[in-house]
Amino acid sequence: MIAIIDYGVGNLFSLQSSFGAIGEEAVVTADEKVISAADRLILPGVGAFEDAATKLRDTGMADVVKREAASGKPIMGICLGMQLLLDKSFEYGEHEGLGLIRGNVRPIADVIDSGLKIPHIGWNRLIVKKPSPLFKYLKDGDCVYFVHSYYAADCDDATSVAEYSAELTASIERGNVYGCQFHPEKSGDVGLKILKAFCEI
Amino acid sequence: MITKRIIPCLDVKNGRVVKGVNFEGLSDVASPVELAQYYSSCGADELVFYDITASAEGRALFTDILTETAKKVFIPLTVGGGINTLDDFDRVLKCGADKVSVNSGAIRNPDLIYEAAKRYGDQCVVISADVKRQDGMFRVYAKGGREDTGMEAIGWIRRCVDNGAGEVVLNSIDTDGVKGGFDLEMLEAVSNAVSVPVIASGGAGKIEDFITLFKTLPKVDAGLAASIFHFGEVKIADLKAAMAEAGIPTRV
Repeated sequence: MIAIIDYGVGNLFSLQSSFGAIGEEAVVTADEKVISAADRLILPGVGAFEDAATKLRDTGMADVVKREAASGKPIMGICLGMQLLLDKSFEYGEHEGLGLIRGNVRPIADVIDSGLKIPHIGWNRLIVKKPSPLFKYLKDGDCVYFVHSYYAADCDDATSVAEYSAELTASIERGNVYGCQFHPEKSGDVGLKILKAFCEI
Repeated sequence: MITKRIIPCLDVKNGRVVKGVNFEGLSDVASPVELAQYYSSCGADELVFYDITASAEGRALFTDILTETAKKVFIPLTVGGGINTLDDFDRVLKCGADKVSVNSGAIRNPDLIYEAAKRYGDQCVVISADVKRQDGMFRVYAKGGREDTGMEAIGWIRRCVDNGAGEVVLNSIDTDGVKGGFDLEMLEAVSNAVSVPVIASGGAGKIEDFITLFKTLPKVDAGLAASIFHFGEVKIADLKAAMAEAGIPTRV
């Protein structure tokens, strides 16, 4: 069973449905017992970093995620959920993340050519930098769906990037902790196969 | 590199897909859920569901269809039609929509875009504008293209983007339903005025129209059409193969 951690941000309907589509049971929950019993965890997230990080701490889910990560359970952060895994974010100020993977969240405007649109929105090709179990079914040229204005910078644990005049981190990985900047639940068959691969870790 | 998006638009009334020519003379085509699955499987990059129902019963039917679609289709889903309040945003986002497109609702209540962008984020809010040439300028029309607002279109769209709209759907009433190609002149004017993605709508009749659009106006991010896809005049797989062949960044 997969636990999608509910800490009051965003709409988790599509994410939950996408696991249903690959025959996996997923529950949206903030119940520590359910999370503890789950085989795998998903840390979702949309919106602003500060707000999400605050909610994650206030609901007690930050400690739960850290504890579960330490236990070796596979955890995947998606979009803002991925960014929350990092040390720090520079989105409107400076805010602390979970620190499960080394790196900082910085504006893509720092690195992309001026004139390019922000957010980085749409389908972009995944360029693999390091092998990952998440890419078990990935084919060369496969595209995934992105919507973001900030990215994982200063990160040695990027497993893939997307080219947007600069290379923007698309996925990160350290031990049993995984993160995708893109939305696998909105990336068609390619995305579903990434979720399937996560379920097979 | 971000790929150019191809977006079929499904006008939904009483639970069925319909498409009018120049917004009139509607005809029943197919089941929205089935059509959405079909499009997703043949390479559509995104879907737009446009609710043209007026009744409360029809609205409830629409959200049921949306929920059903979001359970089965895993590409971005934009919903428009009858979006007048933040409650309307909430209603469709809960059913699995990723983006919400506002048109007349933003004309009636100019604060709607700002409020929605603040609550749900810019990326969630799409301004859809029906625009027609009138007295030597581009003018915004309301109520599905039936009512001239008298407002100049470029300034209006720019204001919507300044207020937080993260994307623009530009529908040219002049070319809509004519199948003679997209309104390149109008699209260029809008693309030059805003820095968010612009989606071209109205006028596509064949594959070459999309190629011309993306070749002539590299700033345009996506092409949207309805009946040519619904009636199979343009097959999305063929269209995307042709785009890739023409050197246009495409997800195939």
